Amino acid sequence: MSLSKEHDLHRRRKSLNIGLGLSLAGFVVLVLVLTMVKVTSNGFEFPENLSPPTEQE
Amino acid sequence: MSDASIPTSIARDNDASFGDYFALLKPRVMSLVVFTAFVGLVAAPVAVHPVVGFCAVLFIAIGGGASGALNMWWDADIDRIMKRTQSRPIPAGKVEEPEAMNLGIALSALSVIMLGLATNLYAGAFLAFTIFFYVVIYTMWLKRATPQNIVIGGASGAFPPAIGWVAATGSLTLEPILMFALIFMWTPPHFWALALFMRNDYDDAKVPMLTVTHGRRTTRVHILVYTLLLAILAVGTGFTAVGGLIYLSVAVVLNILFVIGAIKIWRRDEDASERDNFKAERSFFRLSLLYLFLHFGAIMAEALLKPYGLGGW
Repeated sequence: MSLSKEHDLHRRRKSLNIGLGLSLAGFVVLVLVLTMVKVTSNGFEFPENLSPPTEQE
Repeated sequence: MSDASIPTSIARDNDASFGDYFALLKPRVMSLVVFTAFVGLVAAPVAVHPVVGFCAVLFIAIGGGASGALNMWWDADIDRIMKRTQSRPIPAGKVEEPEAMNLGIALSALSVIMLGLATNLYAGAFLAFTIFFYVVIYTMWLKRATPQNIVIGGASGAFPPAIGWVAATGSLTLEPILMFALIFMWTPPHFWALALFMRNDYDDAKVPMLTVTHGRRTTRVHILVYTLLLAILAVGTGFTAVGGLIYLSVAVVLNILFVIGAIKIWRRDEDASERDNFKAERSFFRLSLLYLFLHFGAIMAEALLKPYGLGGW
């Protein structure tokens, strides 16, 4: 297959790379925003057993 | 870039673009999933944070898209035969079958885990079950085994509003079951009408649609029976908590039109259909799309107007 500099293959791969990049970036932002919403919501509580259990427990 | 920089073996002439991978997710089916899941979420009697609601609908849609990709992977052989599906990314040679499988599995896992984390575990489990039902029960098992494939397999397409409801409330009640039943009963007449005017496709692919196994006369009778049962269910839903005056008005008008369409199909024979190129069947199919959209649109309107004292009973 002969590939010129502006071959359609490059355009398709560029669209794939940009699309994938934007999807991943969007996912990261979404997880960040979702985490913020969850942490700042009224019902949020940290797990009670975050610290390691002591001998007496 | 020189010619030698991309080996011929990987430089396929039909190399996939981002749009080809997106097409694997069946965007048109996904739009129905988004809409009905959103209605389920809005109709639930619980306030949901907009970001959580957005995430819920997004991950339900991705789950639906993932099952679409797995369906295209499994059905690649018959998609190559049927005219309606020949332009899909795998038959068109743009995406390899293992790529579709991998994408489907990865997105299934992502959507289930993220829905569970964003909303609640029941919703995540429900989405996992829906993907399993569509891919394993319908695509791998029933689709090629029984003429009732559409009836039972249609359940997977009916789950999204119930998942939306469970994402909001964490429990399943009568209302989401009614929304499920509405899509469940709507699916067979919708697809059988399609099978009547796309008949060669299913014949050629040896998919045991009712038209192939029991004949076209039986299919016409089945369309009428299911439409009558659907009409009773759809109008009856108007008297429940998700119904109201708007929904009931929409349901009565649409179901009268739908039953008239089914009676027309039932009264016709093949010669009459051939003469006008399946005009009644095609118009019934188009009406079925509007039917579902407007029923769920009315449920959404009832829910959105309720805080202003206008929606609901």
